[in-house]
Amino acid sequence: MSQYILRRLMIAIPSLLGISLVLFVVLALAPGDPFSELATNPNVPPEVQAALRAKFGLDDPIYLRYLHWLAAMVHGDWGFSFVSRVDVDTLILQRLPTTLYVVGSSQLLALLIAIPVGVYAATRPYSLFDQLANTFAFIGFSLPTFFTGILFILVFSVKLDWLPFVYTSVPGSGIPWLLEMIRQAIMPVMVLGLFQAASMTRFVRSAMLDVIRLDYVTTARAKGLGQAKVIVKHVMRNAMIPVVTLIALQMPAVFGGAIVTEQIFRIPGIGSLLISSILANDTPVVMAVTFVFACLVVLFNLIADVLYGWLDPRISFR
Amino acid sequence: MISAVLLLLLIAAVVIGPFIWRVSISDIDVVAGLQGPSLAHPFGTDDLGQDLLARMIYGGRISLAVGLAAMLVSVFVGTLIGALAGMSRGALGYGLMWLTDLFLSLPQLPLLLMLIYLFRDGLKALFGPEGGIFILIVLVIGGLRWMPVARLVRAQFLSLREKEFVEAARALGASPVRQVVRHILPNALGPVIIAGTIDVAAAIIAESTLSFLGLGFPPDTPTWGRILYDAKDFLDIGPHWALFPGGAIFIAVVAINFIGDGLRDALDARKVI
Repeated sequence: MSQYILRRLMIAIPSLLGISLVLFVVLALAPGDPFSELATNPNVPPEVQAALRAKFGLDDPIYLRYLHWLAAMVHGDWGFSFVSRVDVDTLILQRLPTTLYVVGSSQLLALLIAIPVGVYAATRPYSLFDQLANTFAFIGFSLPTFFTGILFILVFSVKLDWLPFVYTSVPGSGIPWLLEMIRQAIMPVMVLGLFQAASMTRFVRSAMLDVIRLDYVTTARAKGLGQAKVIVKHVMRNAMIPVVTLIALQMPAVFGGAIVTEQIFRIPGIGSLLISSILANDTPVVMAVTFVFACLVVLFNLIADVLYGWLDPRISFR
Repeated sequence: MISAVLLLLLIAAVVIGPFIWRVSISDIDVVAGLQGPSLAHPFGTDDLGQDLLARMIYGGRISLAVGLAAMLVSVFVGTLIGALAGMSRGALGYGLMWLTDLFLSLPQLPLLLMLIYLFRDGLKALFGPEGGIFILIVLVIGGLRWMPVARLVRAQFLSLREKEFVEAARALGASPVRQVVRHILPNALGPVIIAGTIDVAAAIIAESTLSFLGLGFPPDTPTWGRILYDAKDFLDIGPHWALFPGGAIFIAVVAINFIGDGLRDALDARKVI
């Protein structure tokens, strides 16, 4: 098992390198100069500009620049925000926990909805429950997160006045503060979680239907095992393998949804950092946040791979 | 069925709407700002008193056009790469599939935002503010969504190229290009059509998301996402302003997804239980 995880890690490294290469090529191809802010500033004399360009290696051939940039990223030297005059890595580390908290709890919510609903729907295909679940799932993943977010604000904040629609992160402690933190996270987590749950329910249902008609399931039933035991112990474990793949493939979309949700509810995570730095032309932060998102996607793919090994031990021996 | 009718209605409204509803999209009338639906303004007005129905019709044209154009780009790129990977028996196929997997693990929205941020000004100078952004958004959305199509096409090609009728064509001396274009591709189109349909919906959502984040079309161009973005600060006094464009996006996307689902049932019999 540990050998298998190690092998997967070795596979993740080239894909990270590939992503970093794509990002770098995009940046290098882009018209305009990252130093244009300095170039248009009349207070900076041309000699200083040239010295700065030489220092940052902007006139080197492109492969050298990529290697320099990569080395700097690996060393944790992620540059300096033009706007807030802070190191990019401290800026990101400040905001990453919020994003992970919101994304993590919404994934948890999605699993808690999708697995029971999908499994129950698959055990009774084409029943009323199955059709209702299917319809809701269809509507759920056709509703873009920005529209559900606005609908939720309209209903729960404006009309009913139950929940706050602006996420504040005042440091504090104690039970009331904790309750307030949970209360303000309800809407963002619901928006993201329901969106995820909709597509996951469909995955779970169709994966269960594929497995439930196999011969070994009939054997298990013929042995006299109860329905619940057959479903949970025999069908679900095998049905979860394709579901894990599909959930891993969904991760880029999840982080995309997180950016939108953070923007609607003004959550101070890395998604809203990305938007504000794009609007402020803050290139180092934009690059770094995009790279962090890419790393998160690769990380979740890695977790999916480890889960395969656990769900189907044959995979880890291959 | 119902969804096809709905979608056709929506397209018709957007295409012939401007000839029937002849109100300008940019007439400012601050006195009549933020009104709910009425006879003079069936969908109400925004904070500057601009007529929302006219703006929605205009925006719908852009949103649907972006969806279709981005779908064409992604289907074209996906079919090309999938066909190359499916026909090659050597390193090229593996290389292209590695590229596909790499693109699948890219975080799309951040990358989309970054590309728009970096290339926006250059294209704006070349093709004007609206045309430049249109080309950019279509290319970027299409260029980041070709991977499922490429995988489908490759899978189809791998099985089709060993079939007897292709072998017969090869025995008759058909060149590889002719084998692909005349014999293999037509048989591989079913899943591509389904994926393309769903791509239209995804592209409409992507464009609206960009506009909603304030990074799509310029502010004076009202796409559905942009109207929603402008409306989100007035939810308490003018909820109609957000509900109409949001509802339009939702109806378009649901209708397209249902059509895709129906096509899947019709074209891909094996999926039906």
